[in-house]
Amino acid sequence: MTDGSRKILLDPLVDNNPVTLQVLGICSALAVTTSLLPALLMCIALISVATLSNGTISSIRRHIPNNIRIIVQMTIIASFVILVDQILRAYAFETSKQLSVFVGLIITNCIVLGRAEAFAMKNNVRMSLLDGFGNGLGYSLILIIVATCRELFGAGTLLGYSVLPLKSDGGWYEANGLMLLPPSAFFIIGLLIWAVRTWKPKQVEKPEYQIHEVHRTEVL
Amino acid sequence: MSDATVKSVRSRDSVANTLLVAAALSLVCSILVASTAIILKPMQQRNEDLYRQQIILDVAGLYEPGANIENLFAGIETQMVELATGHYTDAISAEGFDAIAAAKDAELGINIPAEDDTASIRRRARLSPVYLVRRENALNQIILPVYGPGLWSTMRGFLSLGPDGSTVRGLRFYEHAETPGLGDQIDKAEWRAEWVGKQVFESGDQPHIEVVRGSVDENSNEAIYQVDGISGATLTGRGVTNLVRYWTGPHGFGPFLKRIRAEAAEND
Repeated sequence: MTDGSRKILLDPLVDNNPVTLQVLGICSALAVTTSLLPALLMCIALISVATLSNGTISSIRRHIPNNIRIIVQMTIIASFVILVDQILRAYAFETSKQLSVFVGLIITNCIVLGRAEAFAMKNNVRMSLLDGFGNGLGYSLILIIVATCRELFGAGTLLGYSVLPLKSDGGWYEANGLMLLPPSAFFIIGLLIWAVRTWKPKQVEKPEYQIHEVHRTEVL
Repeated sequence: MSDATVKSVRSRDSVANTLLVAAALSLVCSILVASTAIILKPMQQRNEDLYRQQIILDVAGLYEPGANIENLFAGIETQMVELATGHYTDAISAEGFDAIAAAKDAELGINIPAEDDTASIRRRARLSPVYLVRRENALNQIILPVYGPGLWSTMRGFLSLGPDGSTVRGLRFYEHAETPGLGDQIDKAEWRAEWVGKQVFESGDQPHIEVVRGSVDENSNEAIYQVDGISGATLTGRGVTNLVRYWTGPHGFGPFLKRIRAEAAEND
């Protein structure tokens, strides 16, 4: 693998993560991370959709008329999402019930359309596949971290297996109910963004406007 | 930019090419989506059936996680009931009976008269399956499929009654789209547990059970007919009241429950 393609694949993990740097795809990150299993399934669904749609769009990018390109991209993405949704309903029925509308909502996930428009329309198929896969992985990494925290501290389990024995079942751990509510995902993602930007100060955004200190007498 | 690229860009953006790409794309995508849906349909249907059976077992308190659902479900007797008379019928097999399709069918469905339609269901099938759990040859539970509108959606579920046809053993919905976090609390184990032991009928044929606003006053005589409301989900709760009352009432399973009650009284 050349340096270029490695960069495309691995950059979205930390250096250009779609969730922590671009702050995209937050909606589903809140909704499907109460436990690890649905989060994993969601990751697989998003990785497949992002990879396949990026590849397909890139392969026909020279034929897509400019004025309907977004519609074309959406149609391709929507078809793959329905495909993945149907497969999940046939082979992973229980978990797909928990994911409910959120697999369908991958259609509106900004990461997928964002990569199609920004990358796949301008690069060859191989690079686009790698980019879709890499961005899917970047999203998945955050989702898995958030889901692990939430399930572990919220319910004392991981993938349904008891890790921290709960007080209500005679153990020592008092479950943190807040972790099972949507706001906790915000807190965890916020903490993650803080941690990443402390580690990589380059990601810190410059303030758009600086308030000047003005002495009182100058105002008058 | 060379002449060739300019030309290709221009023809790519021409009206003809735009229409061509749009048509070709729609065709390919629809074939892809439609064939996946058709190929996977039998498997999805089987999953749905198993899930429904699991809900029936769960409402009856017979479901154990990890157990073979089909084996457990085989222990439950399924009968078709003609709702108007309350008698069993062999006219249609319960296997694969689709209440939604039957309600729309000219032969199998009937309009519910407005004065009886307390749950705004409008049209229902003439027949319905019921599921009977027997213990040592005595009737132990009667499980009725129930549905009706909530705030946003039609809520579909099962109501389990004891052999007296009045004591609630369980109520569980398997399909609804009520407000997440408010109305969808009807799925919560704590709320479902509230139903267990409540009485549907006080006296006579009119169901008396209801979901109240706020919480039930445990000291009142009515407490046995009342279930706590869910705060923020008054309309969902009203929908549940209406549909339980309709399906246990004289135009729903009333005649059937009456027959069961009479049989229970005879056996005593």
